[in-house]
Amino acid sequence: MALVKVYITLKPTLLDAQGRVVQNALASMGYDGVKQVRVGKYLEMHVDGEGDTLRKQVTEMCDKLLANPVIENYRFEVGE
Amino acid sequence: MKFGVVRFPGSNCDQDAYYVLRDVLNVPVEYIWHADTDVRSFDCIVLPGGFSYGDYLRTGAIARFAPVMDALRAHAERGKFLIGICNGFQVLCEAHLLPGALVRNVGLKFICRQVHLRVENAATPWTTDARTERPLRIPIAHGEGCYVADADTLAELHAGSRILFRYCDAEGHPTTDSNPNGSVENIAGIANASFNVLGMMPHPERASERLLGSDDGRGIFASVIKRIARS
Repeated sequence: MALVKVYITLKPTLLDAQGRVVQNALASMGYDGVKQVRVGKYLEMHVDGEGDTLRKQVTEMCDKLLANPVIENYRFEVGE
Repeated sequence: MKFGVVRFPGSNCDQDAYYVLRDVLNVPVEYIWHADTDVRSFDCIVLPGGFSYGDYLRTGAIARFAPVMDALRAHAERGKFLIGICNGFQVLCEAHLLPGALVRNVGLKFICRQVHLRVENAATPWTTDARTERPLRIPIAHGEGCYVADADTLAELHAGSRILFRYCDAEGHPTTDSNPNGSVENIAGIANASFNVLGMMPHPERASERLLGSDDGRGIFASVIKRIARS
């Protein structure tokens, strides 16, 4: 069984309204060195399989369901 | 003529749509369960507003894989009519039956209020009976109604006159101030290339009787009813 970590982020061309609010909140706390915040999603999945077959399967999952390619980018890591 | 209203777990505008079609517009209408796989008897199907499957992951993302969706795709391919309202619009985008996507409102707030809409193309099956002399008043109720699309998609929408509704002010000008959610080019509703599929964030079913403050939404249903009756 592999531990798959999936990171989903809004495409850089899209305004991340949530990220902007977080950035403003940080600035109001005095952390004015924070120049940008982008809020994304992080998924951990325990999946049977390994190697290229597993990577292919996870790519499919991301393309079909986990991410919307119109607005989001994704990357993933496969670990033990 | 028969209308259908799809019910997903979490749909909450299904009864409003059903009521308006049956009691206000007097057309036959039936509910369609999300697990149904045969919708061949319907002429026009409504994907109603709500929070299908809790809107988990992304709005409309899980609903897209409901058993009924393959049947709806075939329905659209046969040239039958399909309208997605609010969450229904989000589902249609996730299902790639309409281009683009709907993301979090720019102000991050859930907005529930009347807006003005300008009819951009009055020659579609959905808009021939919609009033055009002044903007429509129809409410919105959403947290994720900010329409986004890349430049190529926008160019296609323009070329095909597929932007049907834009948010505007009371005089009909699509200004920044009258854009409630940050949608690109104030877009509130679009159609597919053959105009039998419409997606819109505002709720025409909530604006179909004077008693409720506006009946400007009724023209959208009346248009498609007339179109079906003619065919």
